[in-house]
Amino acid sequence: MIAGLFADVPARGLVLLAVLAAALLLAPAVAGDYLLSILILCLYFSFVGQAWNVMMGFAGQLSLGHSLYVGLGAYTSAALFVHYQTVPWIGMLVGMAVAGAAGAVIGGLGFRFGIRGVYFALLTIAFAEFTRVGFDHFGWVGGSSGLFLPVEYRHDSDLLTLRGAPVMFYYVMLAFTAGALVLARVILASKIGYYWQAIREDQEAAQALGINVFRYKMLAVALSAALTSMAGTFYAFYYNNLYPETIFSMHKSIEILLGVVVGGLGTLFGPIVGAFLLTTLGEVMTGVAEHIDLDGIKQLFLGLCLLVIILFRPAGVWPWLARRLGLGGRDDA
Amino acid sequence: MLRVDSVTKYFRGLTAVRQVSFEVPTGSIVALIGPNGAGKTTTFNVINGIMRPEEGRVELDGHDITGLRPDQVCHAGVGRTFQIAKPLAGLSVLDNVVVGGLRITNKVAEARIAAAEILDLLDLADKRDTAAGSLTLPERKRLEVARALATGPKLLLLDEVMAGLRPNETDALVETFRQLNRNLGLTILLIEHVMRAVMALSEHVVVLNHGVLISSGTPEEVVRNPEVLECYLGEEAV
Repeated sequence: MIAGLFADVPARGLVLLAVLAAALLLAPAVAGDYLLSILILCLYFSFVGQAWNVMMGFAGQLSLGHSLYVGLGAYTSAALFVHYQTVPWIGMLVGMAVAGAAGAVIGGLGFRFGIRGVYFALLTIAFAEFTRVGFDHFGWVGGSSGLFLPVEYRHDSDLLTLRGAPVMFYYVMLAFTAGALVLARVILASKIGYYWQAIREDQEAAQALGINVFRYKMLAVALSAALTSMAGTFYAFYYNNLYPETIFSMHKSIEILLGVVVGGLGTLFGPIVGAFLLTTLGEVMTGVAEHIDLDGIKQLFLGLCLLVIILFRPAGVWPWLARRLGLGGRDDA
Repeated sequence: MLRVDSVTKYFRGLTAVRQVSFEVPTGSIVALIGPNGAGKTTTFNVINGIMRPEEGRVELDGHDITGLRPDQVCHAGVGRTFQIAKPLAGLSVLDNVVVGGLRITNKVAEARIAAAEILDLLDLADKRDTAAGSLTLPERKRLEVARALATGPKLLLLDEVMAGLRPNETDALVETFRQLNRNLGLTILLIEHVMRAVMALSEHVVVLNHGVLISSGTPEEVVRNPEVLECYLGEEAV
């Protein structure tokens, strides 16, 4: 099983992967608080990017409302923790079920009535938006004034209740990201992965080849939603505060997919490369903006960078990087 | 094997296919010919479930398959190719065929072995790692056939797979279909404009014009039918 995972990865790729894994595992030992917080962000976007990639990159179903699933995961686990002291890991499982069900409802509606492409994407936005409005008026979770988790300043870490220092959150997110990568690789090489890609490339052809298109698209949406909600649980316990206006916002949905598009849609490492690249770039721009006293200069720079990347690497940075690193033309090496 | 029974299909006001009935006996090769717009592809779409007919039935081995979804029809044992080839452009040629092969097995490794054999058969072996989107038109047509074959059909529907091929390529593909028919007992229903292939392959020909079946019989009978000559083949074909 483990050996099969690396079966067709070239030796060079294995070495690079080992170096990368070691660097990420040891990073907290050398990184300061600031760098650690950036790395956590990088991993966070790697993970949600991978989750979004399952739906869009593999199965070709565009979602512009993934903040819905982050929000549902965050609110479910946080509310259960605040009201019933439920362990976040249980809350996370409940959140995954809730988000998966929400994904199934959206997918069920869209796919049953043959809504495809951008129209389906509009449906995903609509659901995220009216969930946001709904949570604004949902008193049990604080409505528009937000939901807060009790903050404890402590240096020891309690993994069970996800209360503790940033280092703990770093390793949790690293485990999530690694887990999602392994899961994506296993699924992509399986029958499900082949069927998803067939649907992405040509739905009619896929159907004529015996693929129950509805069932496989539903699977993609539900899995993507459930994975994304895990990031929501993390978000809730890391930031300790939740506002519907922030967590369900369109802006959050876009943030999730930008890294994947920049890194390489439908590839395994694209979401990770894109997340690290964009997060780092964002931080650099913040630094630059501090020296230039001009409103919106950060967004302007960031937008320009995106433009340049997408113009010159329309298939994403990773496929090109993989070739430069001598990992061959394969984008999943 | 296949029985199409008084099938009628409208597109709004237009009757694409009217009361068409014919049979494809097990183990046979039947050709469906006729001028453009005669309703040939519509007939295919009704058989494979892309379209639901307004009237009539489609039976496969005595089972009613009318109105089933294309994937269900595929599972019932009908493979089809598309007139306008639909390669899974971003996937390799081999992976295209693997997708088809996963109809009969859940194991990707098994499907890959079977797919490689089918690519050999259709002379696409040297293209196996090429992206399907970069194939030439004749290659795309062969890939359509390979993918449909991989699903393990008992009835294969071929929609103009010879179009655009050179005569020697046509002959090679004709020979492949003959072997599949003879060695594996594959039943074939083909839409074809290339009369060279129709005459060489089919035992029985069905002619459609304006959605109506105007003639049916052996290739020799059909090409002597004055009505067929007038609407489709032209006088010089005699």
